Amino acid sequence: MKLRRSMLFIPGANAAMLSTSFVYGADAVMFDLEDAVALREKDSARLLVFHALQHPFYQEVEKVVRINPLDTPFGLADLEAVVRAGVDIIRLPKTNGVEDVQQLEAEVARIEAACGREVGSTRLMAAIESAQGVVNAVAIARSSPRMVAIALAAFDYVMDMQTSRGDGSELFYARCAVLHAARVAGIAAYDVVWSDVNDDAGFLREVEQVRRLGFDGKSLVNPRQIALLHQAYAPTQQEVEYAREVVVAADEAARQGLGVISLNGKMIDGPIVLHAQRVLSRAAGGIRE
Amino acid sequence: MEIVKDAVAGTLESSDALVRIGPSPEPGLHLTLESVVKAQFGEAIDQLARATLAQLGITQALIAIDDKGALACVLRARVQAAALRAAGKEPSEWSLPG
Repeated sequence: MKLRRSMLFIPGANAAMLSTSFVYGADAVMFDLEDAVALREKDSARLLVFHALQHPFYQEVEKVVRINPLDTPFGLADLEAVVRAGVDIIRLPKTNGVEDVQQLEAEVARIEAACGREVGSTRLMAAIESAQGVVNAVAIARSSPRMVAIALAAFDYVMDMQTSRGDGSELFYARCAVLHAARVAGIAAYDVVWSDVNDDAGFLREVEQVRRLGFDGKSLVNPRQIALLHQAYAPTQQEVEYAREVVVAADEAARQGLGVISLNGKMIDGPIVLHAQRVLSRAAGGIRE
Repeated sequence: MEIVKDAVAGTLESSDALVRIGPSPEPGLHLTLESVVKAQFGEAIDQLARATLAQLGITQALIAIDDKGALACVLRARVQAAALRAAGKEPSEWSLPG
């Protein structure tokens, strides 16, 4: 079970961060070619990311690239570069509907075939940044077998909703809609960034809120937030021990050909076993202290 | 690929390099290098820059590299970006060697 708790934004034009971001232990790094890159540096950032993606340092980490939208002069060139460089996941910004994904998917398939990469091996992630995207979230999440995650992005969304960031209530509907879409499609859901890197308490309050809602993780803007996030998502020792007992009981029931799983006299059903397996996956990333 | 104008790519920040490329009146690649690790890696940086330019078909240019400890992948990207800008081109074929 792939952990997708933390996705660290790395500005694509920042050579120093591109050279070091693999050390921080994020579940995924996301090289940004869109908003973090000035117009006059789009070409050089694309080349930096093209080469960083192929560096052995990044072999073990999930590599995501946020390309520019395909209706800009940069989007297609970004795609040509990063698919050929072996990116794991393309993050499509400002996804408003299924047609955005279909257009991207067609271009990705063409580039894969042209460069000899296995067709279908490049995964996709849709970023939802508008009211239209939120309303269409289920269709977007189910629009492609390449789709592995959906991410809510707050800045443009609150502008579109004619409001601003506050205590989180302004995002409540969007978070629930995006999360339900992800669960219906069987993919991961990333929550928004917490941009005040000096406010750890505020960050942790938001993490707790979205963790309880059911989000797999968050997009992050600072490496300092990774350990805090992973710790908040880590199961307790007690949860891990119970999960192990559940999995052992399920394995034993399967060995004996029993349809009903029993643990300490209580019946255990499928969703509990699945939850236990998720707890053990998260435990691989650490136990809550 | 012909170098037709002066161009710059990169920065002077740590782990980066500033690469300047311009037309040369003489045939050949005329390269000057400043680097915080020149004693250890000067020869390797010189070779990497020349190989990167050769792959782009550039045989005549003035090149000045001010390296602040960039990784090879960063140096290669900066040399390519400066060269493509100096040639007035976009990378039309994304088979640039990694």
